[in-house]
Amino acid sequence: MTMAGRDDFELAPCGYLELGPDGRILAVNPKFLALVGLPHDDIVGTMSLVDFLGVGDRMYHETHYRPMLQMQGEAHEIAFDLKRSDGATVPVLLSSNVTPGVDGSPVIRTIVFEARERRTYEEELLTARRAAEEAETRALTLGRTLQETFVPPAPPNVVGIDIAGVYRPAGDGSEVGGDFYDVFQIREGDWLVALGDVAGKGVDAAAVTTFVQHAIRAVAIPSGSTAEMLTGLNAALLGASYDRFCTVVLMRLQQHDGRWTASVSCGGHDLPLLRDSSGTVRELGEWGSLLGVADAPQLSEEQVELHEGDTVLLFTDGVTEARHGLDMYGQERLRALLATAGSTSQELVTELLDDVMAFQGADARDDIALVAITVSPQG
Amino acid sequence: MWGMNPLVRHHVTVGGSGTGSPLLLAHGFGCDQHMWRAMAPYLEDDHRLVMFDHVGAGASDTSAYDPARYASLQGYADDAIEICDALDLRDVVFVGHSVSAMIGALAAGKRPDLFAKLVMVSPSARYIDDGAYVGGFSPADVDELLDSMDRNYLGWSRTMAPVIMANADRPELAGELHESFCRSDPTIAKAFANVTFRSDNRRDLDAVQAPTLVLQSREDLIAPQSAGEFVRDHLREAEYVVLDTTGHCPHLSAPAETAAAIRSFLGSA
Repeated sequence: MTMAGRDDFELAPCGYLELGPDGRILAVNPKFLALVGLPHDDIVGTMSLVDFLGVGDRMYHETHYRPMLQMQGEAHEIAFDLKRSDGATVPVLLSSNVTPGVDGSPVIRTIVFEARERRTYEEELLTARRAAEEAETRALTLGRTLQETFVPPAPPNVVGIDIAGVYRPAGDGSEVGGDFYDVFQIREGDWLVALGDVAGKGVDAAAVTTFVQHAIRAVAIPSGSTAEMLTGLNAALLGASYDRFCTVVLMRLQQHDGRWTASVSCGGHDLPLLRDSSGTVRELGEWGSLLGVADAPQLSEEQVELHEGDTVLLFTDGVTEARHGLDMYGQERLRALLATAGSTSQELVTELLDDVMAFQGADARDDIALVAITVSPQG
Repeated sequence: MWGMNPLVRHHVTVGGSGTGSPLLLAHGFGCDQHMWRAMAPYLEDDHRLVMFDHVGAGASDTSAYDPARYASLQGYADDAIEICDALDLRDVVFVGHSVSAMIGALAAGKRPDLFAKLVMVSPSARYIDDGAYVGGFSPADVDELLDSMDRNYLGWSRTMAPVIMANADRPELAGELHESFCRSDPTIAKAFANVTFRSDNRRDLDAVQAPTLVLQSREDLIAPQSAGEFVRDHLREAEYVVLDTTGHCPHLSAPAETAAAIRSFLGSA
């Protein structure tokens, strides 16, 4: 006998079993016999714990409980229904550990608590949780559908420019984020790339994101400078009295005589990075005011001629502010990778996203949006 | 829509140092790649061991779970192929436990060039009885399993996520993975249970050209000997070994014997 005291075993208020490594019952106490309604000699040496379980619990036992015992030597608070000899079932909780018996071979010691009231309560909780999960699924679908409108399903086909974008929501993607991007044509040979981040998350932020996207398309039509477009967007935001600010970068791509010019303006947003064909990386544009805050934002525009093989990368702070412990991903890392990464825009954004995700252990704390444009070889 | 590195998505870990064919070790329903830990020491001197978590299990990226992709086992097979391609593996031996044995059959059927051999640990081509075919379960049994999972996730699901995330950040605390073992995202785990136990892969065995080792426990409540024999009889080239152990996880209950059978099959014994 492996028990410390015989009385403890006989008088314990919970069922107690000792099982061999194959699950066969080596010893039981009277409380367990009372729980299942069988005499000692019918059980010991002949039956296994699984013989008292329904099929579902058996499957769970074999695929979860037993591997856990084998791997970590213990398992706790497993909920099963024990089948009694009279056909009734007893809801129980089991905890087990594995220790060497007197002869050194492993013994699984298991305590069995009757948990009738707890189970009733848990079933009520479960019903409530299923209802909550259904509601959550509906909300999630709604959120995802909404989120999908924040980025174009596929970048437009622009002759002479290779465009690719990626978007990765924060965490498990269950909350609607505030990052967005858009690429659209103003007129022949004249395109606008917009990328931004509305403060906050959730439905309220999403409403503002949608507003900002539509406003950008509206302010692009009179087609002044990109700084004038952002000034118009700022006025629209203030006029709509949303209590939220946003950061936006606009890059207008215009083609004259086969050559492309990029005009860039940044409203409170990280400056885009330009990589030329030699791999040199520099910032484009100048810092400007956050949008949706002040009546007279400070905004400027930089124009630059793009050459064959030049790449411009627009990104949100989910990239640079990705964290690994106390370490931030940062501009330096981004610039270094950009200098050597992917030759096509799609390869580039995929490589950057993978690197940022790997850096933060696949757990994105913020939304990530990346858009790359590369001037294709002429021909 | 977004780029996803399969090595990150599946928390792929590579061990072993041998020059023999690389082994891709695919865990089954219920747990994660730690299931292979007990057996790995017997194989790692002769083979590279590539271990991974199916999406939703262990330290995988659960945000990559796409209900449409994973509505059939083919989605899981495609994952395995992506992992092999990402690591540029050749002559791969796909070692699949439980449902992953059929995932291996699907992967090998799709990419015969990639997989040289298969090892099926405790396989079943169909869990639900069908006429004369005995899988051992009825559709109602699978519903009961889902109920059993529900009861047991009640106390676990909310505490699980932080543990897994903490480990993804701090791989040096491998001991803490202990706590997350066998605990996977409950919604995904139930969907995986459904696709595992309601799949019928009997016909998929026909497409397997690779020589296959079928490992069967003497007593297994999930995949009985009749299930193992069916798989053996419907593969083009199968070696069948009944291991003298009980339970659905011979690689846990008898790791040395299981590894010895694999080594013998691969000629590395």
